[in-house]
Amino acid sequence: MRNWETSAAAVLIGLSLSAIPILAQAPPQSTISSTPPPPARRGGFARERHAPGDPAQIAHGKVLYGVNCAGCHGVDLRGGDLGGPNLLRSEVALSDNKGELIQPIIQGSRREGGMPAIPISPDDGLAVAAYIRSVVDTLGSQGRPPSIGKEAPSILVGDAAAGQAYFAQKCASCHSATGDLQGIGTRIPDAKSLQTVWVGGGRRRYLRAAGVPSRRAVTVTITMPSGERIEGRLARIDDFLVTVLFEDGSARTIRREGDVPKVEIHDPLQTHRDLWAIYTDKDIHDVTAYLVTLK
Amino acid sequence: MTLRQLIFPLALIPALLNGQAPSGLDPAELLKPLKNSWPTYSGDYTGKRYSALDQITQSNVAHLTLAWMTQVSSGTVNRFGSPSVIVGGEGAGDINVRGGTIKASALEVDGVLYFTMPDNAWAVDARDGAELWHYFWKTKGGTHIGNRGLGMWHKNLYMETPDDYLVALNATNGKEIWHKPIADLSQGYFSTPAPVVVGNHVLVGTGNDIDAPGFILSFDPETGDVQWKFYTVPQQKGDAGLDSWASLDAARHGGGQAWVPGVYDPESKLYIFSTGNPTPAFTTGTRGPGDNLFTCALIAVNVDTGKLAWYYSTSPHDMHDYDSAQTPVLVDAMFQGKMRKLVLTAARNGYYFTLDRVTGEHLVTSKYGVLTNWASGLNQRGAPIYNAEKNATVAGSLVSPTSDGTTNWEPAAFSPDTGWLYVAQHNGYSLFYLTDVDPRGSMGLGGKEEAQVGSGGSFLTAIDYNTGKIVWNRPYYGDGGGGGLLTTAGKLLFAGDGGGNLVAHDVFTGKPLWHTHIGEVTNPPQTFMLDGHQYLIVATGDQLWSFLLY
Repeated sequence: MRNWETSAAAVLIGLSLSAIPILAQAPPQSTISSTPPPPARRGGFARERHAPGDPAQIAHGKVLYGVNCAGCHGVDLRGGDLGGPNLLRSEVALSDNKGELIQPIIQGSRREGGMPAIPISPDDGLAVAAYIRSVVDTLGSQGRPPSIGKEAPSILVGDAAAGQAYFAQKCASCHSATGDLQGIGTRIPDAKSLQTVWVGGGRRRYLRAAGVPSRRAVTVTITMPSGERIEGRLARIDDFLVTVLFEDGSARTIRREGDVPKVEIHDPLQTHRDLWAIYTDKDIHDVTAYLVTLK
Repeated sequence: MTLRQLIFPLALIPALLNGQAPSGLDPAELLKPLKNSWPTYSGDYTGKRYSALDQITQSNVAHLTLAWMTQVSSGTVNRFGSPSVIVGGEGAGDINVRGGTIKASALEVDGVLYFTMPDNAWAVDARDGAELWHYFWKTKGGTHIGNRGLGMWHKNLYMETPDDYLVALNATNGKEIWHKPIADLSQGYFSTPAPVVVGNHVLVGTGNDIDAPGFILSFDPETGDVQWKFYTVPQQKGDAGLDSWASLDAARHGGGQAWVPGVYDPESKLYIFSTGNPTPAFTTGTRGPGDNLFTCALIAVNVDTGKLAWYYSTSPHDMHDYDSAQTPVLVDAMFQGKMRKLVLTAARNGYYFTLDRVTGEHLVTSKYGVLTNWASGLNQRGAPIYNAEKNATVAGSLVSPTSDGTTNWEPAAFSPDTGWLYVAQHNGYSLFYLTDVDPRGSMGLGGKEEAQVGSGGSFLTAIDYNTGKIVWNRPYYGDGGGGGLLTTAGKLLFAGDGGGNLVAHDVFTGKPLWHTHIGEVTNPPQTFMLDGHQYLIVATGDQLWSFLLY
């Protein structure tokens, strides 16, 4: 029964984390992980695989790239201020196998297009090509560029005082900084994860301080034509059946015919769901700035 | 039914040997409204997914029952008892693609069903699901996310592969006739659409997520020679739409992939299709502030020349990967007192459009996504204007729909009996975090982190094309409509409900009249007539189910 809470919620509202894959050409993206998503190839494998290059040649090419190319094409190969195009999306770099496409350009085949001939030896040209290929091969799925020496900026731009005021006004009827959310900023140290979790209404047990009972259980009241009332946790529901789970672990499935029997669902997360259309992004950022202070 | 196949392998002798040689498919057949067979992706050229069959009706649908179910397995190892696998492909055979899901619309011609999963094509007997042949393509790679099915011309079938080949197969025996390159895998292309055959053209699109240009190709059905190529983004100076980009280089890397099949208007000879997101998708960067034509648009090209007739941007300067990659719907109907030739589309960005399909004239826009919040208004052409505050931001912006959209590739359906377009809509919310603040913009679908926070509700929606208004929204408990929709002259609408049920709805009210719990529906329900019975077929993962009335 430990998994019941999540499965019921998913069935009930289609919380959509698991329901997405058949929808999209693009595989679903990260959910609430605090670290950047791995370059997983969930939809398959993006491009044809190259044989790995020679590390020494690549290292040599990297130095040569920095000396001769980075000024125009950027340290990260994604184009530079001097007008050199982004190499990570260039047809030449994507298709090159062993320098056969890159080398002639280094040697001057595109001078008319503004790419000067680079005075390096053919071997050095091949090394530069090997380095470019090695970076191209680190492209993530769906064309994500590799992040070379970059960290995502902090999301904390909100006003904590305004967030505290908002919390007092809109959240305090259900939540408390000294109760269920005590230490939330410590339990979820990454601000982005914290924000994502609280906006979603909390999908992780760590949102709740130890010993505080969950209020997230979705319950259902069913009134049979006979007048009998059946109450319990909602295990699943569709237009045709509803399954109720009782305290003793037993379950009962009841057939539905339109509005009979009467089914009332009580979902504590509904309040959060209703707020999504009401929050401004500033409200969200302010509340997050406040919540991170709850250490 | 699986058991029966195991016990009676003799039943698997191809029906073709029983005096039932297929005569193939005359392209002229494709001009007829959808009825007895299902000879092209959408059933007919209109994309309505409305079958004139009316044996199954509102009053008897309760008696619809299982005819057969068959399960297929991808790869070179076939299930017990079925014929050996025909193997093709340019790969080394060292890439093992397990599993797979039938997202394809099957073709039904002469009592045989033809359908696909990535790298795989099957022919099965439409009467009992017995496998007639199985073709497997050894891949070199490419994103294996789906395949929408086959095109047919006489006895030839056409399949696109994830590693970007168009493969022609002999429909009689599954043997390969030829294969031709569509795009270069090393550029990140991957091909999922069902080819659409129009006269002597095989129309083919592809997909890509690494800043490469979108295009459609027209192939000769017999030789596989390329007849024309239409790029969806400008490729050289002087090309239409170039002034909507900051530079030619940006346009040439601008995306706009045509990854779902289009529709065809025989009178105007226009092939009308839709395009996906601009790249980089979530950052303006090198794109500039313009509309980024012709990404996220409906496009009409002359099928014989491949020349642009008109375009309409449904999501100008898209910033959320809201591919307008929905198969549009062609309808001849009254509009403001006049008979008009219309094209309808409910786009992934939450907006619905009615246009004149001959001229591209804009007629109606409405917001059908009930929680859609990313746009600030409509421009002079009636298309939504993005609200920059709802782009991905460093601190996060809360946006509906998610990048998966209000709808996605799953085809909508239209019923002339009601005059309504039916679409399953999803109102998820995501926090869009900008993670790459580089002023050059990011690449592909990178530069952001999207955190889905939950669903604000899913509905089966009926839309009036005259006004764009929602006639009714029927709530789903899960994300219904997966795979797509079907309407019939029996006044029925078939759809999966997101909870494992295939449901027949009253087309007027949406009320469920019949259902069966078969698992998550993964392709659009389809129907055809065979031996005096109206069949209904639908796929759940690697299983294909068939229902009829006895």
